[in-house]
Order: sequence, then C-alpha cells, then structure tokens
Amino acid sequence: MSETTNLVTKDFKEAAINLLFQLADDDFLFSYRGSEWLGLAPHIEEDIAYSSITQDTMGHASMYYHLLEDLGLGTADQLSHLRPLEERKNCILVERSNGEGYYMDVPTYDWAFAVVRNYLYTTAKKVKIDSLKNSSYQPLADAAIKVNTEIYYHLLHWKTWFVQLLNSTQEAKQRMQAAIKTVTNDLGDLFSLGNDADKIVSFGLIEKESVLIGRWKEQLEPVFRSVQLKVPEIPNAPSLNGRNGEHTKQAQEALDTLSEVIRFDTAAAW
Amino acid sequence: MPATVNPLEARVLEALKDVKDPEIDTVSIIDLGMVEKIAVQEAVVEIKILPTFIGCPALNIIKNNIEKAVQSIDGVEKVNVDFIYTPAWTSDRITDNGRAGLKEFGIAPPPSFVESDGSWHVDCPYCGSTYVTMDNIFGPTACRSILYCKTCKNPFEAMKLISTSM
Repeated sequence: MSETTNLVTKDFKEAAINLLFQLADDDFLFSYRGSEWLGLAPHIEEDIAYSSITQDTMGHASMYYHLLEDLGLGTADQLSHLRPLEERKNCILVERSNGEGYYMDVPTYDWAFAVVRNYLYTTAKKVKIDSLKNSSYQPLADAAIKVNTEIYYHLLHWKTWFVQLLNSTQEAKQRMQAAIKTVTNDLGDLFSLGNDADKIVSFGLIEKESVLIGRWKEQLEPVFRSVQLKVPEIPNAPSLNGRNGEHTKQAQEALDTLSEVIRFDTAAAW
Repeated sequence: MPATVNPLEARVLEALKDVKDPEIDTVSIIDLGMVEKIAVQEAVVEIKILPTFIGCPALNIIKNNIEKAVQSIDGVEKVNVDFIYTPAWTSDRITDNGRAGLKEFGIAPPPSFVESDGSWHVDCPYCGSTYVTMDNIFGPTACRSILYCKTCKNPFEAMKLISTSM
C-alpha cells in the first residue's frame, strides 16, 4: 500500500506504531466502558446519545487498528481483542471501571464520574486530533481530519452535561466535585507518550506533551471558570503509566470480558 | 465525480445509482456523495468509497451491495471496493437528488451552515415549518438527529451537519 511510502526508517515506523497503539487502545477501552452503560443511562435520550458516541468511538479505535494492520502488525480484531495487558498502551483513565457492581448483575455506576471522565478525555482527544492533523505520518493525518468531524458532537454533549450538573442541585455539585477529584488522580499519563516520547515528537508524529497539556487547559479554563472551579492540575509523576504497559486490575477484568467470545474460537469468521 | 469516458465505467456508475443506503431506499450512495473514485483497468473495477461515519455498521453491507451490483455487469471480472478517509466525507457532498430523496423518506437534509454558537437549524421535512425543536443531536444512527415539529406535531429525523471546519 502507498501508506508505507513515508515510513522511511525503521525508527520512524516503530515510533508511528507506538503512537498508533496508544490512540487505538485509548479509544477502544473508552468505548468499552461506554458500552457497559448501555441501558443504564439516566434517561432514554441519553441512552441513545451515549451509545451513539460509543459506537463512533469504537469506529475510531477500529480505524487505528486497521492502520496498524496495514503496517503488518496482525488483524484489527486480533490487535484489539487478543493482546495481553502488558502490551496495552492506553492511559489509566479509560480503563477504570464505571463504578461498583457488574453490568450483568447489579451495577451501581456513578454518572458524575462518567460525565467528568468523558468530558476531560474528549477534550484531550480533541487537542490530540488537532495536532495529528499535521502528523508526519500521512495516513494518521488523514484519519485525524475525519475523526475531528465526529468528535465535535461528542465534545458538545459532554460539555453540556458537565456544566449543567455543576449548576444543578447541591447533591449534583458535590458528586461532580468528588468525581473531578477521582478523575484528576488518573490524569498522570493521559498526555504521556511513554518511553518513546522523544522519538515520537522528534519525528513530527504529534506535538510534545507539555504543548498539548497547555492547549487542553486553555480549552477547559472558560468552562471551569463558568462553574467557579479551577482546571485540575495533572499529577507530575503518574504512579502507573499505561503508555508503558503498566495497568490496573480493572483493565485485566475488562479485557477478560470483552475477549471472552473471540477466545472461544480465535480462527472463526465472526 | 470525475467525468466518465470508458463505457464500462459509465455502466458501473449506472449500477452504483441502484446501490441504496441500506436503511433509506430513496437515496443511493452516489446521492450521498460516498463514491470518490471509479477506475476501470480492462475487466477489473476499483471503487473508492468515503464512509459517512467511521463506525457506521452499515459500511460492510454497503460494500457487499456494491460488489454484487458491479459483479453482475457484463464484462466485469473483478471488483475491489476500498474505504478511504481522504477527502473526509462531509454532509455538503449530498447531491440535490440526495436531499430530495432524504426529504421524501421523512428525513430533513443536512443544514449547510452552523450558527455562531455551534448550533444549526433545519425545517420540518413533512410540513416545511421552521418551528421545530431539537430532541436529541444523537439519533437512531450515527448520521442522524431527532427533532420535533411544533406545527404538524410530528417527530422527525435530520441528517447531521458534518464539516471539516467544525
């Protein structure tokens, strides 16, 4: 395929693959956590909206996995479902469970946590996508332009929930503020590019972490100000860095569940 | 769409006009602006399709329908259908024919511009009233929103505005 033409060196290719796994694994688990909310959202219109966003996001993950497939890394289905936890490069924020309880049993998920996680993650995704539009890896730059047309609506949705709940009842405000604290603890590796960060940035695949964080704060600032809050500070040294394959037990549980069917027969055509 | 000169290419284009959106039988994939390229090399046809939404579950159905339609043309030995992301599909690619077909189905065609606050407006596809409310930006499929007409009291759907400048 012509996509491989600008993979001039082995180092460039390795850096592009690393970044693609980060992007793919992020959207994959973010979307998986969204799918667990199906049928449980606060009202019917939200159930439709959240599942539509989740479907779009799974499409984005699938597209990144297909870019990896084009680079000879295996099929998109294998890459998404069958890679072991220590090879996963998603950030910690997207792997956290939605709350207590199993979705097939009695889930007591926290909607405030969902809103805060989704708003902060989607804002970060928007900042990254804007940078990726100028990526030196052309297939990724092309994909970013397409993803950008879709996340416009996702961002609008989560921003609306975020602002409305923080302007709502006392209970809503308290729960939202508690959720902001919980989510902030997991922001440490959201913008991290992992051990290969220097290579990824010097090859022009995406801009460096500090630049992206600056833009993220700029976007959040007026929204947080409108609800009399300060933009959370990203913890300096994350206790776990998902970009380097460090993950929680909750991520393993998610992988076990989502790959349960494919593992029955990994050679079957689904 | 590029002008077609090759007679086989012209027949492929005709066949694609019969490949409909799997859920909206009044619009074809040509009407939706999804067909970016048709190339014919002897008896081999290459078709490049732009997905409306990346995660649209109808994409594989559309791909199969294209293959079936083109394979049945006399003189075609092989057909390759690929999804590409460049240029990105935008809702202004929907043709006038496509806009009319959507309306006929009860779906308001996508608006052509956004307001300064990021919102957009469509009229009721049934009675033409401008007195409508947005119920849900997200609808039964990725590309559609749910609205309500306060004049004729019908719920209806609209194709979302999708633009690279958003």
